[in-house]
Amino acid sequence: MNSKYDIAIVGGGIMGCATALRLAEGGMKPAIFEKGDLCQGASGVNAGTLSLQIKRVRLMEYALRGHEIWESMGDAVGFRKTGGYTLAFNGREAELLEHRQNLKREAGAPIEFVSTDDLRKSEPGIAHSVVAASYCAEDGYANSSLTGQYYRAQLKAAGIPYFERSAVDAIETDGKGFTLKIADTAVYVPRLLLAAGAWLGPLAAKLGFDLPVRARVNTVSVTERMPPLFATVIGHATGLLTMKQKPNGTVLIGGGWQGLGSPETGRGRVNAETLAPNVALACHAVPALKTARLLRSWTGFEANVPDFYPVAGAVPGVENAFMLGCVRGGFTIGPYIGQLMGDYILGRTLERPLFETGRKFEGAN
Amino acid sequence: MQDSWDIAVLGGGPAGGEAARAAAAYGARIVLIDEQARPGGQVWRAKDTAREDVGDSSETAAGNLHRARLEKSTVTFLSQARLWHIERAEDQWHLHLLVDGCSQRHAARSVILAPGAREFVQPFPGWTTPGVFGLAGVTALMKSQQCPPGRRSVVSGGGPLAIFAASEILRLGGEVAAVVTPNSKAEWLRCWPEFMANPSLTLRGAEMMMRLKRAGVPILWRHLVSRASGDPTLRAVQVTPCHANWTPRGGESAIEADALCVGHGLVPNSEVAVLAGLTPQYDAQQGGWIAASGPLGETELPGLYLCGDGAGLRGAAASQNQGARVGEAAAMALNGQRPGKTSHRTSAAERFGRAMTRLAIPQPGLARLTDADTIVCRCEAIPRRKLDAAIDAGATSLDALKSATRCGMGPCGGKYCLTNAARLIGEKTGKQLADIPPPVPRPPLFPLPVDAVGAGFDYDNLPIPAPAPL
Ligand SMILES: Cc1cc2nc3c(=O)[nH]c(=O)nc-3n(C[C@H](O)[C@@H](O)[C@H](O)COP(=O)(O)OP(=O)(O)OC[C@H]3O[C@@H](n4cnc5c(N)ncnc54)[C@H](O)[C@@H]3O)c2cc1C
Ligand SMILES: Cc1cc2nc3c(=O)[nH]c(=O)nc-3n(C[C@H](O)[C@H](O)[C@H](O)COP(=O)(O)OP(=O)(O)OC[C@H]3O[C@@H](n4cnc5c(N)ncnc54)[C@H](O)[C@@H]3O)c2cc1C
Repeated sequence: MNSKYDIAIVGGGIMGCATALRLAEGGMKPAIFEKGDLCQGASGVNAGTLSLQIKRVRLMEYALRGHEIWESMGDAVGFRKTGGYTLAFNGREAELLEHRQNLKREAGAPIEFVSTDDLRKSEPGIAHSVVAASYCAEDGYANSSLTGQYYRAQLKAAGIPYFERSAVDAIETDGKGFTLKIADTAVYVPRLLLAAGAWLGPLAAKLGFDLPVRARVNTVSVTERMPPLFATVIGHATGLLTMKQKPNGTVLIGGGWQGLGSPETGRGRVNAETLAPNVALACHAVPALKTARLLRSWTGFEANVPDFYPVAGAVPGVENAFMLGCVRGGFTIGPYIGQLMGDYILGRTLERPLFETGRKFEGAN
Repeated sequence: MQDSWDIAVLGGGPAGGEAARAAAAYGARIVLIDEQARPGGQVWRAKDTAREDVGDSSETAAGNLHRARLEKSTVTFLSQARLWHIERAEDQWHLHLLVDGCSQRHAARSVILAPGAREFVQPFPGWTTPGVFGLAGVTALMKSQQCPPGRRSVVSGGGPLAIFAASEILRLGGEVAAVVTPNSKAEWLRCWPEFMANPSLTLRGAEMMMRLKRAGVPILWRHLVSRASGDPTLRAVQVTPCHANWTPRGGESAIEADALCVGHGLVPNSEVAVLAGLTPQYDAQQGGWIAASGPLGETELPGLYLCGDGAGLRGAAASQNQGARVGEAAAMALNGQRPGKTSHRTSAAERFGRAMTRLAIPQPGLARLTDADTIVCRCEAIPRRKLDAAIDAGATSLDALKSATRCGMGPCGGKYCLTNAARLIGEKTGKQLADIPPPVPRPPLFPLPVDAVGAGFDYDNLPIPAPAPL
């Protein structure tokens, strides 16, 4: 069978889009099939934090490269390098902070510890109850809502067709290629990349591969426009708070507090029980936030496998099928790991290794 | 604070108020929640207590009766309480309310949602000039404040609301320069069967028309307001004739006025129902996106009922009738019963409401009013030009357009601009409105003081789980 495309990418999030761009650069003809709108999943609703202080040690090099790429995308994605502080409010948290940030520094993140006096001088809006803080000048954020429109423009410029509101319902393979069923049409392709975020598990299963994907239901909230309250990206020693004030004055509050619902039911829901402590923690860090009004809270599905490392490589046992997902901090790392994935599919030498997809997923059943 | 009820009813208008009363008659513990100080909803909004001196309109009188009946019932009325979130957990509905600056949670076995409708205005050049009011909004203002919006007003809109607003302005001592309506006389005459079947509603309409006639108010049939001008405040209103599909024909004439009351129909407040978990469906005849509900208000979610204009536009009289049926059914269901015979025939009042709704449903040509420089999203000050550019660049759903431009990301949460934005997408892409669904509503349903949500937490008691893996 002939195919118009060299490879079909299932899922138009950051992973799918970034890989597609690399593949086209390398001379392949990819096409993206997306269930909803491009980057309507995790990639378009995340908190947008680009912080080395919350990246895993083993992923640090990937995150550093991710930061460089985000910086080059610039205004089109609302990139800002503001620097960021991570805060500890008691002895236990201070210990945790020191231990964790030291390991991250050894892994290559330019993290330093700062005195509370220095913190107060540079960020007077942060609570005086902070007992210890770390700082990373490389930290900042991008505006995740802009990723969809950004990639639309990039894909168009690269001549890559993308099909929105085109869910891949079924995949059949004849040993040589794949037939994708999208509503009542069928598309035949010689190669396939699954980049379906929290929906990666069921798609891998269609190829007969059992991938134990679980989803966290992360909550993010935004306030109305406020006068300047703080200038950097703020985190908490436990990772349970991320916060930034955008140039328009709105404050974005995240931290991975869990909502309800599941990818299978299609829709996540905000849980008032976890929203309350999330917002309380934000006010604890920046007391003036108490005078703000909350405009909107929402959730997104962040996929992971039990060891919390990326799934990036070939689908074991299925020739010409690949998968990419479950990247912790995937907004930060996505544009880079997508490039690596593209290089891998193109058969190029990789700048850094991908992640063994045939590994035994610790804790998997 | 936490309270537990058999049934919580949201909205103290004709639908919710009647539902609460009917359910209470079965001995159920009922709370009726409304952000207003007194029951009555939109149509029967109570007068400001400072304005008791002014004579009652028949709407105020009907509202007074509604309030007196509720007063006598066992319904607990929770006033000035705004619902900001609703969720289902452990076989109960949880309603999160903002009351007195604090968040309260109420639990109920069943919930009846009757949040009514809101106004739709298609943006046109000058619509943000001070002195321009929403048509429905101005009727609300007149009901509570009992004064006209200006010295000399132009009133514009489809259906009966424009006639009502003009008649009220006259009653309250204002001048009406003109009523401008995209409807034709023939369209009104086609509602004759519905008028005949509803003599009292028809009489009230005739009364309003008589008032306009006595005052010599010109009615410009098949006309639209195309522009408002004046700096710093409104001085003139430009009107233009239009086609049957409401496309402006061009050729403007100006009317001097210091107030313009303009609306292009109502939109059901379906957000609460969707937030509760229902899926919205498009039904142009009922005002746009609504969640499906059966004849007794039942939905696909356990213990969740819908009634009134929020469940599909039907008008005040039909909302009231339906509310009573739904309240009864919800109360009986809690006792494991079903109401005996229910007539599936649409009532005369309902047919009347639907006919009036039809007159006010905005037609496609209306979008032409919005020129490139007209602000579509007021909260974020986004002109049509910017939305058009984003649509051309591939943002062809409301979610995508919102993400790309911030349209609908401001304090109103898109309640006022996204209906318009959908029309712009439809116009540019040829998509049907039914294929351009609104973004999933998110809590809070209105800007909520951060302090109200996060209050009462002691840092040491914050439930902080184990940190993420290193
Ligand atoms: C501004 C306005 C004025 C109108 N005036 C007239 C009129 O004069 N004559 C006429 O025939 N029709 C009028 N209508 C049409 C109206 O929709 C009626 O058909 C009728 O009021 C519908 O009854 P209802 O009970 O369904 O809703 P409503 O009467 O609208 O009652 C709904 C109630 O729910 C409350 N509510 C909604 N959301 C929340 C929330 N989140 N938290 C707490 N409370 C909430 C509102 O405060 C309101 O009191 C008007 C509509 C609008 C929008
Ligand atoms: C609320 C939240 C906050 C976060 N905050 C941050 C942060 O601050 N910093 C950071 O670095 N990372 C953050 N992350 C993580 C980051 O957003 C994700 O790791 C990353 O976006 C994942 O990208 P993806 O392309 O793998 O998945 P997604 O963006 O979810 O894309 C997968 C796509 O596949 C589509 N799809 C699924 N099934 C099918 C099918 N059958 N056919 C066609 N298409 C299909 C989906 O519709 C979806 O668009 C956050 C995540 C969430 C949820």
